[in-house]
Amino acid sequence: MQHGTNTDYAKARPALHAAKTPAGLAIEIAPAPVRGMITLRGDLASPAMAEAVRAATGLKIPGVRKVTGTGETLVLWMSPDELMIHCAYAEAPAKTAQLAQALADEHSLVFDVSDARQVITLKGAGAREVLAKGAPVDLRAGAFGVGDLRRTRIGTIAAAFYQTAAEPESFEVFCFGSNAAYLFDWLCASAKEGSLPGVL
Amino acid sequence: MVDDFRLNDGGALIDRSRRVRFTVNGKSYEGYAGDTLASALIANGVHFVGRSFKYHRPRGFVTAGVEEPNALFGTGEGARFEPNQRGTMVELFDGLTAKTQNHYPSLEYDMGSVNQLMSRFFPAGFYYKTFIHPRIAWKHVFEPIVRQAAGLGKAPKQADDAEYEHFYFTCDVLVAGGGVAGLQAALTAAKAGAKVLLVEQNGWLGGRALVDASEIDGRPQAEWVSARVAELEAMPNVTIRTRTQASCHEDHNYVLCYERVSDHAPDAAPGAPRHRLWRVRAGRVISAAGAIERPIAFANNDVPGVMLASALRDYLGLYGARVGDRVVLYVNNDDAYRSAIMLKEAGVEIPAILDARAGSTGDLPRIAGEMGIRVLFGRGISKTLGKRRVEGVEVTELRSSGRVGALEKIECDAVGMSGGWSPAVHLYSHSGGKLTWDEAGLMFRPDPARAPLGHDGAVAVTCAGASNGYLGLGEGLADAARAGAEAAAALGYETAPAPAPQAVSATEDAPGAIWFTPSHGRYAVGNKHFLDFQNDVTAADVELAAREGYESVEHAKRYTTLGMATDQGKLSNINGLAILADALKKPIPEVGTTTFRPPYTPISFGSIAGREARDLFKLVRKTPMHDWLDARGADWEPVGDWRRPFCIRQAGEDRHAAVTREILAVREKVGMLDGSTLGKIIVKGPDAGAFLDLLYTNMISTLKVGRCRYALMCNDNGFLFDDGVVVRLDEETFLCHTTSGGADRVHAWMEEWIQTEWPHMKVFTANVTEQYAQVVIAGPKARETLEALEGDIDLSAEGLPFMSFKDGVIAGCPARVHRISFSGELSYEIATPAAFGLSLWEAIHAAGEPHGITPYGTEALHVMRAEKGFIMIGDETDGTVTPHDLNLSWAVSKKKTDFIGKKAMERPFLQDPERKRLVGLLTESPDDVLPDGAHAVEGKRANGKAKMIGHVTSTYHSPTLKRSIAMALIRRGPERMGETLEFPVGGDKTIRAKVVEPTFYDPENARQNV
Repeated sequence: MQHGTNTDYAKARPALHAAKTPAGLAIEIAPAPVRGMITLRGDLASPAMAEAVRAATGLKIPGVRKVTGTGETLVLWMSPDELMIHCAYAEAPAKTAQLAQALADEHSLVFDVSDARQVITLKGAGAREVLAKGAPVDLRAGAFGVGDLRRTRIGTIAAAFYQTAAEPESFEVFCFGSNAAYLFDWLCASAKEGSLPGVL
Repeated sequence: MVDDFRLNDGGALIDRSRRVRFTVNGKSYEGYAGDTLASALIANGVHFVGRSFKYHRPRGFVTAGVEEPNALFGTGEGARFEPNQRGTMVELFDGLTAKTQNHYPSLEYDMGSVNQLMSRFFPAGFYYKTFIHPRIAWKHVFEPIVRQAAGLGKAPKQADDAEYEHFYFTCDVLVAGGGVAGLQAALTAAKAGAKVLLVEQNGWLGGRALVDASEIDGRPQAEWVSARVAELEAMPNVTIRTRTQASCHEDHNYVLCYERVSDHAPDAAPGAPRHRLWRVRAGRVISAAGAIERPIAFANNDVPGVMLASALRDYLGLYGARVGDRVVLYVNNDDAYRSAIMLKEAGVEIPAILDARAGSTGDLPRIAGEMGIRVLFGRGISKTLGKRRVEGVEVTELRSSGRVGALEKIECDAVGMSGGWSPAVHLYSHSGGKLTWDEAGLMFRPDPARAPLGHDGAVAVTCAGASNGYLGLGEGLADAARAGAEAAAALGYETAPAPAPQAVSATEDAPGAIWFTPSHGRYAVGNKHFLDFQNDVTAADVELAAREGYESVEHAKRYTTLGMATDQGKLSNINGLAILADALKKPIPEVGTTTFRPPYTPISFGSIAGREARDLFKLVRKTPMHDWLDARGADWEPVGDWRRPFCIRQAGEDRHAAVTREILAVREKVGMLDGSTLGKIIVKGPDAGAFLDLLYTNMISTLKVGRCRYALMCNDNGFLFDDGVVVRLDEETFLCHTTSGGADRVHAWMEEWIQTEWPHMKVFTANVTEQYAQVVIAGPKARETLEALEGDIDLSAEGLPFMSFKDGVIAGCPARVHRISFSGELSYEIATPAAFGLSLWEAIHAAGEPHGITPYGTEALHVMRAEKGFIMIGDETDGTVTPHDLNLSWAVSKKKTDFIGKKAMERPFLQDPERKRLVGLLTESPDDVLPDGAHAVEGKRANGKAKMIGHVTSTYHSPTLKRSIAMALIRRGPERMGETLEFPVGGDKTIRAKVVEPTFYDPENARQNV
């Protein structure tokens, strides 16, 4: 579905638009604003794919369980034949069209999924321990750093996360919008001051 | 009460500057910070703290550690009450409240203790033998009585309000146990560079080193421990956790470690959880869990005051508490002499040490003798005197004939027993590590040739020190250094050879076998030789099991309950199987051990549940409109993990009134429904059409771009499992709508076929259910409502005909408008990117207000679709229904050569004219609503019972038609039009209903085609 010129972006609200972070947390937890996200399936090794991604983002295709880029412009490895591109929300329809055009001759799927997921940011020393309370991932600093990504679960919720900064320790987590309120509450409950094991 | 049994000094763990108050059964006591509930009670002279499970015999502390079988308390109050807490592990804090267990009305006067007098009628297997006949009596007589009598602690009455959590952790080497062996193994591995997690179940490190007097590298053990701990703590690759037990070892070196974070100080850290379950993935596991001392089976060895010999000196060395004034020891090894020597040095009288062996040349018996302690070899205790506290023992000469005679009585108030030591091999055994019998050491120890292996065939768990059967300090340290180096090397770290620490400790003679001491006098005059204190299993029970043919140790265990429940072979196992071996006249290794099951000791249910409790117990999926609906009275029902409004109730309205109002609003004016939960899957690729032709029963590839088609999906048995509208977005792209609960299942189904059966097909799928919010606007005023909004889509009958769609923008929101109808009314289903969902919803609601627009819920949706005769997956289908059964043959392609379910539908059973098929029902009395699932009956079966010919699948009161309507699956249904069927609905009542076409309202579809 194309956004038209008369689309009113002020009317777009993320799933957690009304969420309030409780007091007394060991780290900062906040819902991010709407984010452009494009799912991209195809042959990740093909030159056309690399060129399409580069043209749309200026970024390289990340390796397995890696992410390239910074800020809102990211390319995420999602599976052996799937990437996800993050961009500014309003740019997603145009970038989707651009990628689809570039990959018209490749067997591929390009789809704007900007609204399906909610990004939650974690910031502060101990953020990795909050994640380690729910994700079966080796989150020791030496094993998981900036540029690493996991598509996994947090508690019982399907989620993905990647580290965005080493100092202060920062992560972005995302999950389906319908799960966002639950995951947000789960993260806040797991981040209470005094509750971190202090070992990662 | 003053702690009279506290020494004036000593006690490595207590802080004498901090008094702590606590209560047991409402009575106040004082102890010190650092005490356990057990040590504080012992310091107060209290030993009688519980009643046994089966016979309700008075019981006291047997141990000073995790293996405690008897001293179980209910601790805490209200929402923090927890039964069956081992007093030896409960750390004291100010305000701790505890209750003793398994007695009525009180610990001192217990009615259940009559079981003792009846004990000859409660042999092993009593339940199996007794409660068999008459059969009916089990349910109504025996079970209620047994349930009342069974169990130790009382179940909590309030929900637990504490916090629990999980924590995932990865390390190279997990060391279980923080005694000298664990510290040494951790240090060796860490120095090689391995990332080490060391867990210790107690609140301190060093294990027995804090109590025993041996030296390591020329200084007292305790000093060596402090230095090693400091060294480990300074290493960045080492993590040490106390109060954390490696409880379960699973395949792939996945280990559950149970951390008691704040039990010892509930109010000290407000944010801290009570327990934390570490889910550790380790490269290698080292079990340095030490060893557990064995009791000896002698008559009445369960009287309060009879304890393990090591526990005597633990209470002394760790807590400065003495267990009594006059202590007799009954031993079969040199180590136990340490307790006698320590007690004697502390001023406790030791009237005698009875040693079952013929003699010993070790240092310790000699030292004991030099201290003036009477050491008697070849002697044992034939009977303990006293009921609620030891008053003395009868001493016997142990003869090879097995006959005994009382030589003398010795008065005492405590007894230390030591039948030798068993390595704690539980963690090693959880995933299959095998043991070997060490005849000289009288113990099962790990067999290094049969250690548990990982996925790569490499050793997963090694034992170190006492856990590996090296009970001596020097050999234990050397073994621990070996284990640490081996683990590091196995993980690719380079280890430099380093000398193991040198220990100086007393020389010890080998232990002597003493599995059972007979009592004298008439057989079993109230005398019981306990093997398993917790389950009240005696030596006689095991012998009886052997006599009755329970030759397998696993069968004997279940028959007698020996080593069941929390014991898991810690105290009772070896003694029990030695007695079984004796009775079966087999050597011990041939009888073998039972399985050591995880967890090592009980862990809390809260820790297992972790964070998923209370509000976070289960995910509730919410649409963008959820909160809007919730604020306006949505009465929620679960649909998959979603919540959908059953109806939206206005003030004072019940469900029925709300549903009626909603339906009439849609039929007469306009209604709106949150349809966001509808599953949406993109299928794209050059083979997308061909793929969907195989997946759906309909022909999909002929669908034109811009058009919608209702389609059915069957499984490979030909049974209908999902339905929905398929939309063609462009030549290669389809959007498949699924049922609300079916999106994930259908997506997985598609991927399974693509990935496993048809990998040659060029098709990609994406589950985009959450990408769109969906609003349904239905009713005669639907078009007027939408036309009032600013937009660029022609919504007229010609511009957007039925079963087509258009993209555009409505009220500033990107929109895809589908002309489809599940209510039979003029209806638009509008998809918008989820972020715009609430804005679009609010805009439509505002635009519809002049027309009386009414949000409606799933029940109104269901009633209206039933009025139209539309089927609902899960109502009309149950996994055994084909499209033909539902008169949907028009949606099953006859042209296609294949699709999933086609072959199956050709089977005779699915072609049988006797099959149940869908019909409508109108009850004779319009106000009678048939119960859901009611059976239609016709004639009798051979056995005289009514013959069932079908059942009701959907049934409602229709406000539109002002009467009841129902749909049903009836044998040869369509051939019965006009017949009246009988539905017995309970009692004497039978509802009669006429078979009709299952379309009750607007069969010409005039209302939706406007």
